Amino acid sequence: MTIKKTLGLALALGISATALHAADLRIGLQEDPDILDPDQSRTFVGRIVYASLCDKLVDITPDLEIIPQLASGWSWSDDGLELTMTLRDDVTFHDGTPFNAEAVVANIDRSKNMDESRRKSELTSITGTEAVDDMTVKFTLDAPDATLLAQLADRAGMMVSPTAASEAGVDFGLNPVCSGPFQFVERVQQDRIVLSKFADYWNADAFNFDSVIFLPIPDTTVRLANLRSGDLDMLERLAATDVASVKEDGSLLMEQAVSLGYQGITVNVANGDRAATPIGENAAVRRALSLAIDRNVINQVVFEGAFAAGNQPFPPTSPWYNKDFPVPARDVDAAKELLAEAGYPDGVSVEIQVPNNPVQMQLMQVVQAMASEAGITVTLQAKEFATMLSDQTAGAFTASQVGWSGRVDPDGNIHQFMTTDAGLNDSHYSNPEVDELLNAARVSNDTATRKENYNAALAILQEDMPIVYLYHQAWIWALDDKIDGFVPYPDGMIRLEGVSFSE
Amino acid sequence: MLAFLGRRILIAIPTILLISVFVFGMQKMLPGDPVLAMAGEERDPQVIEFLREKYRLNDPIPVQYFTWVGNALQGDLGISLRTQQPVTELIAEKLPVTVQLAVMALIIALVIGIPAGVLSAYKKGTWVDWLANLIALSGLSIPNFWLGIMLILLVSVNLGWLPASGYRPLTDDPLQSILTMLMPAFVLGTGLAATLMRHTRSAMLGVLRSDYVRTARAKGLSEQVVLVKHALRNALVPIVTVTTLLFGELLAGAVLTEQIFTIPGFGKLIVDAVFNRDYAVVQGIVLCTGIAFIAMNILADAAYRVLNPRMNEK
Repeated sequence: MTIKKTLGLALALGISATALHAADLRIGLQEDPDILDPDQSRTFVGRIVYASLCDKLVDITPDLEIIPQLASGWSWSDDGLELTMTLRDDVTFHDGTPFNAEAVVANIDRSKNMDESRRKSELTSITGTEAVDDMTVKFTLDAPDATLLAQLADRAGMMVSPTAASEAGVDFGLNPVCSGPFQFVERVQQDRIVLSKFADYWNADAFNFDSVIFLPIPDTTVRLANLRSGDLDMLERLAATDVASVKEDGSLLMEQAVSLGYQGITVNVANGDRAATPIGENAAVRRALSLAIDRNVINQVVFEGAFAAGNQPFPPTSPWYNKDFPVPARDVDAAKELLAEAGYPDGVSVEIQVPNNPVQMQLMQVVQAMASEAGITVTLQAKEFATMLSDQTAGAFTASQVGWSGRVDPDGNIHQFMTTDAGLNDSHYSNPEVDELLNAARVSNDTATRKENYNAALAILQEDMPIVYLYHQAWIWALDDKIDGFVPYPDGMIRLEGVSFSE
Repeated sequence: MLAFLGRRILIAIPTILLISVFVFGMQKMLPGDPVLAMAGEERDPQVIEFLREKYRLNDPIPVQYFTWVGNALQGDLGISLRTQQPVTELIAEKLPVTVQLAVMALIIALVIGIPAGVLSAYKKGTWVDWLANLIALSGLSIPNFWLGIMLILLVSVNLGWLPASGYRPLTDDPLQSILTMLMPAFVLGTGLAATLMRHTRSAMLGVLRSDYVRTARAKGLSEQVVLVKHALRNALVPIVTVTTLLFGELLAGAVLTEQIFTIPGFGKLIVDAVFNRDYAVVQGIVLCTGIAFIAMNILADAAYRVLNPRMNEK
């Protein structure tokens, strides 16, 4: 009798434990996010947490179209200087503060004016924000800005509770209060971030988990082992080298999407004395390097074919990709010819700095081998990332293997890098024609005009080639096969709407 | 004893000051700009300038140092540049984690190392001795990270016995906490057990040949009493020395072990802080580690006196 009772109790406990467990989603992250304040944060991985924690004015589709989220609709004035948004009227922040036009005004003000804000450059075009009525807000711009909606689809458009923000000030990120489908419960640095379902969420029915737990596990092997042992339900950024073994594993699923970003070799063309090298002074040498590289082989050898070969700031799958310049096939003879014409019949030497992680090193060793066959002797300088970055800004480099995480709007992948004196233009490339085209593309709200401008700029950049683009990373997620409804997005985020356990 | 402890603590003060200068200087010599690391991908110049001012990185280095020491003396180690949590809070949060790992690893090392050492000295030249030596050598030569990953694959993925990684606080769920920490502690402990075994063996060999052991045996004492009470007790002084020295290795090993098993302790904190150029955190941790190390050494000196009262005479 006692045994039966005990067994029954154990069974009941077991069942309730399973039921409880079934509603918790455990996600493995590659890094520990930085501060959880949308205005102050700067890491990619932090945005993955925000996708469940903080709603934005607008969102994107997997095809990068802008769709409503907290804003139910919007319209532009004819001169492109005013953007009017209507807001959802059924939204409250996690602390009960109502979401309305005043809250939007306070949020934009915080993003633009808080000293610690990292969002200032994303919202520079906004000169005024005004609550037209309770549920309508109007943004006034100093010049037309085609990139604004895409900015509002990311951290700059995330709405935090004005009450919580004004109480906590810069420490808001220690206890973030937003309006997303899940609310903040606790964070143990480098261990876990726990969110629980927000019952008053306007679209609560579409979210099927009681809680979401984010666990930063930097080692890719260990992250995958955790998924296999059942300690995780899904993970982001599966290593390309693990793709084959996950595909073979019947209990796991894999999803992937080509990212918005790129990886390439940035050449110092005018950033201080170190630009005075054959490759810095001569575009033909850069084109020769590009021709010496077999991008498809790199993708196969280093990334198991999981990524996408590339030669432009946008991946070949992007609507902004210039199809007149497809990914070039390797042509060693043409590369040698280019070098000879440029006055280097005996070849050139190039020093390239590379982040000291095994994958980037392997990539560059393949590049090194390919380049040597065309007469380009590449020396690699492995540096720890923070050091590499400061050397790069200071002009203490000849060439650098770096990349960009990518932005929804095409402007974000090119303007900052290619226009004269722009913030991320570490190669100090400057071409008035490119400046003009990229500046024009930025202020036009007409997609066809923008496309024309980008095409023209990309054609020039194929000649000048301050960055030799190599490939586009793919976001790869591995999931337990009991997970249904996961949709991969090119921005690498994990959107939990409609995701559930199948049992 | 009290006078002895007081003297040792006084001597420790200049050492700690030296550590602080050293840590601070090393930080400043590191290449890479902390603000650049913090400003994010966009590197907004406005933000960069503001952060430099806010964290007083524009001040001359000696001024920065004295500000830091001044605050540290008042118990304020600054705030993390990365997450804005106070460093003292971070340390208070992470210290128990690493202490738990270190204590469990040390227990494993002692439980394996000392009996194995005693046994192999006692059975010198037999197969027991050879086997113990073989295991010890393997323990020394297998790298932590390899053993860690193999254990995860075997114990967690294939057998499903223990969680693959992570951490549960002791106060939360003691059993689960110890189970989660078992694999990392084993990985960390086995390496140390090998060293400990070798030292115990050689200390025991010396002692077993001594006159008083022969006398004890001649008195007709049982082998067990001779081994434990007479031989081991006298062999313990060098073993305590080694254990203290191992403490340093334990902390260094914890850095790697915590990384593999994703344990949110000191080691993981310092690695992340170094890569993010989170100066305040690195300084705080190294200072604390230095103090802990000094404290361990003082304790070891005190332990000698308990084990061997003759050291008190002088």
